[in-house]
Amino acid sequence: MADGMSISESDWSLHRKGPKDQARHQEKVKEAIKGQLGEIISNESIITSDGKKIVKVPVRSLEEYTFRYDPFKKGGVGQGQGGSQQGDVIGQVPQQQPGRGRQPGNQPGIDYYETEFTVDELAEMVFADLGLPNLKEKGQQEILSEKIRFTDVRQQGILPNLDKKRSLLQAMKRQAMDRNRAASLGLPGGAVPAAGPDDPGEGGADEAPEGTGREAVRIRKDDLRYRTWDITHELERNAVVIAMRDVSGSMGDFEKYISRAFYFWMVRFLRTKYSAVQIVFITHHTEAKEVDEGTFFSLGESGGTRVSSAYSLCLETIDRRYPADRWNIYPFHFSDGDNWGDEDNARCVRLVRQIIKRCNLFGYGEIKEEVYSRWSTSSLMGALGEIKDPEFVGITIKGKEDVYPALKKFFSGQPVVA
Amino acid sequence: MRSGITKQIERAMTDVWDVASGFGLDPFPTHFEIVPAQMVYEFGAYGIPGRFSHWTHGKAYYNMKTMYDYGLSKIYELVINANPSQAFLLDTNDELENKMVMAHVLGHTDFFKNSAHFAPTNRRMHDAVAASAERIARYEFEHGLLAVERFLDAALAIKEHIAPTPDNAPPRPRLATGQVDGPTGTPYDDVLAIGAEAPEPEPEHAHKVPEKPERDVLHFLITHARDLEDWQRDVLSIVHGEMLYFLPQMRTKIINEGWASLWHYRIMEALDLPAAEYAQFSRMHAGVVAPGGRMHLNPYYLGFKVLEDIERRWDSPTVEERERLGRTPGQGRAKLFEVREMESDQSLLRKYLTEGLIKDLDLYTYKLVDDEWQVAETDWRIVRDTLVAGMDHFGLPQIVVEDGDYRHNRELYLIHRYDGTELDIRYAERTLQHLHLIWNRSVHLETIIDERKVRLSYDGRRNSKTVI
Repeated sequence: MADGMSISESDWSLHRKGPKDQARHQEKVKEAIKGQLGEIISNESIITSDGKKIVKVPVRSLEEYTFRYDPFKKGGVGQGQGGSQQGDVIGQVPQQQPGRGRQPGNQPGIDYYETEFTVDELAEMVFADLGLPNLKEKGQQEILSEKIRFTDVRQQGILPNLDKKRSLLQAMKRQAMDRNRAASLGLPGGAVPAAGPDDPGEGGADEAPEGTGREAVRIRKDDLRYRTWDITHELERNAVVIAMRDVSGSMGDFEKYISRAFYFWMVRFLRTKYSAVQIVFITHHTEAKEVDEGTFFSLGESGGTRVSSAYSLCLETIDRRYPADRWNIYPFHFSDGDNWGDEDNARCVRLVRQIIKRCNLFGYGEIKEEVYSRWSTSSLMGALGEIKDPEFVGITIKGKEDVYPALKKFFSGQPVVA
Repeated sequence: MRSGITKQIERAMTDVWDVASGFGLDPFPTHFEIVPAQMVYEFGAYGIPGRFSHWTHGKAYYNMKTMYDYGLSKIYELVINANPSQAFLLDTNDELENKMVMAHVLGHTDFFKNSAHFAPTNRRMHDAVAASAERIARYEFEHGLLAVERFLDAALAIKEHIAPTPDNAPPRPRLATGQVDGPTGTPYDDVLAIGAEAPEPEPEHAHKVPEKPERDVLHFLITHARDLEDWQRDVLSIVHGEMLYFLPQMRTKIINEGWASLWHYRIMEALDLPAAEYAQFSRMHAGVVAPGGRMHLNPYYLGFKVLEDIERRWDSPTVEERERLGRTPGQGRAKLFEVREMESDQSLLRKYLTEGLIKDLDLYTYKLVDDEWQVAETDWRIVRDTLVAGMDHFGLPQIVVEDGDYRHNRELYLIHRYDGTELDIRYAERTLQHLHLIWNRSVHLETIIDERKVRLSYDGRRNSKTVI
């Protein structure tokens, strides 16, 4: 071997430094994404997807900040394949996608981290802190919850779960059978071979006199019976969500989009966490009607707006199908707040007052792009604002990033306290 | 699959060493460790094995692993500057790959040993980083993972702003021993000083701190940031020490890789490989010293070409060089060894990147015009000077500490030495936030935006921008 060189090989399989720091990095990526959920979840490509879709999420906060040159102002030295001339184009700055405010990542030299998620994974993060607020125990069915139930009996188990009664019965049955068998074979009563070294009985001969029928019961290991349990899903609390959506002509693309985005996440959320919750879909313009889920999500009609029509249909549905003493009721309504005059607004206030007597929480979301909000003075929100009951939650949504806060406010899972 | 230590590897090692010595290479003793790919990414990501844990290392590790998994890159060689030097061979390498890696690595370990730039480096750095990593792990235990991580984030944000020797002498120790009769420099000086005439109190703020603008920002923080806890100061020192160790590598990337590539090429040629192996080697070599891209240069290629050119020019000088410079033919090898001892990337290119080379390699400068990157200049002087100037401070903006007591309020005032290229302002503002964590008072950075002097500030709550 050469003097100056040596070689060795060791077992590195337990070395975990890189993977450990990598795990910390990924943890930070997740944290960063949580901070950006508001932006991410109102992304169009997610709302229109089926859950399996992979979404690319740019993460900015994992950049390693240093004093560095502006990547667009810093030229450099490159190498051509011969004969390069002044003015030769050697690269393009990719165009920013129009209409997408702050979109990092599609610029050269900008350090960002892009990570991929399925919509389901995102949903899991979105729903982590959400829950139905004010949920009360009502009725006997419908909402699933986990319960432990002893449902079965087995021969194996742990001592605390020993079913003494069944074990004793089993011992008596066996003894009776043994006796009958012994009699039929002409042997002295009960003189069957002992069950083995771990026989918990006395062992040896049966001490009771034959045929008295009052011999002591001896319990063997075979006789022991243990109870075992199952985790069962119990139907416990009833809940219904009444989703109302303004589809009138005044709802622009943005307003429609926001209400869809909200309901998209709401429906996913309810189906994930409360599989048995019922959802009633109502759309309205000047008239309200109950529709199926598909119709609800497909883009709407046009015409004027009479919100009271939806509220009275909501009230009617509650009274007819979901009596408040048996159901947790959560009506939600999204609108641009551009209602048909003050008269109908007043009617809405009356109806909402009636509804909130029956429901756990009434959520109203008014969608107003900031530009217009300044001079729209008369709105449904203005009218409903006079309702001070804690069950009424009204919020204004000005941009896509407000969808997540709206979800968090409506589904805080905390009791709403006045 | 593990290749294991075979007779072939050991024989190859002997051959490579003998050929290298024959060429006059004088490497450190070099130890090779056969490792799985995962370990190579790890050493690559951490720079040196055993360094402290931090998510940025995890990120680098993940990026390397991804690149490798997708076949985008293959780390041929990894070698640590130490005595003896430590190098790694992938356990999936075949025999020929191992030979080439060994030859290349000997080029590096020769460079480590003989380049003047590496002379001050700690040749037991791997021990030092392991000890530092242990201390940092202990700080995590004592002060919480998040507190240490947050502080490391801040320290690493300014890790490049160091210098081998600070511009300002370190502050003198407080003890004024000149006043004491008898021996000084004993552990009892403080006792002996009792009763002695009180030393002249140093006038507060008599002179500016730092006296001269300080390029070693990190060192300035270590010595002047007042509110640091001991562990925080230690973390800064660890980062500073490790960066000093990496500094010569940052300064000699082109010449070091060029040197190693030149010698792996020569050694492999001298090994009398069978034709099939030679063809395979040629492919691998071409992959390593492939020309750069339209917007970047390949240091292996550029260094290789420059060194080859030097050897050729000193082996057979032109008539003019012979007459005017008195150059005698056949001095190529000697010249190469001289260059290896003296030069950094910057000086190598300044002295030896000739007009002919720039033309042959088709090098040019480029800049952004509207949305297009365009070739800006092809004149060889401009190309060379741009390249050389771009290597000031490792190609990063130079930041100096101007005042550690700005506005007589202990605020930190930094100046960006503007060289014609503006800073990334968003990044600078975030970096100021990191600095604030260390300095614990308002921090300011003076720079130029749109040809106007601007002061960026962060006061602990918000960033601000003021035109001066």
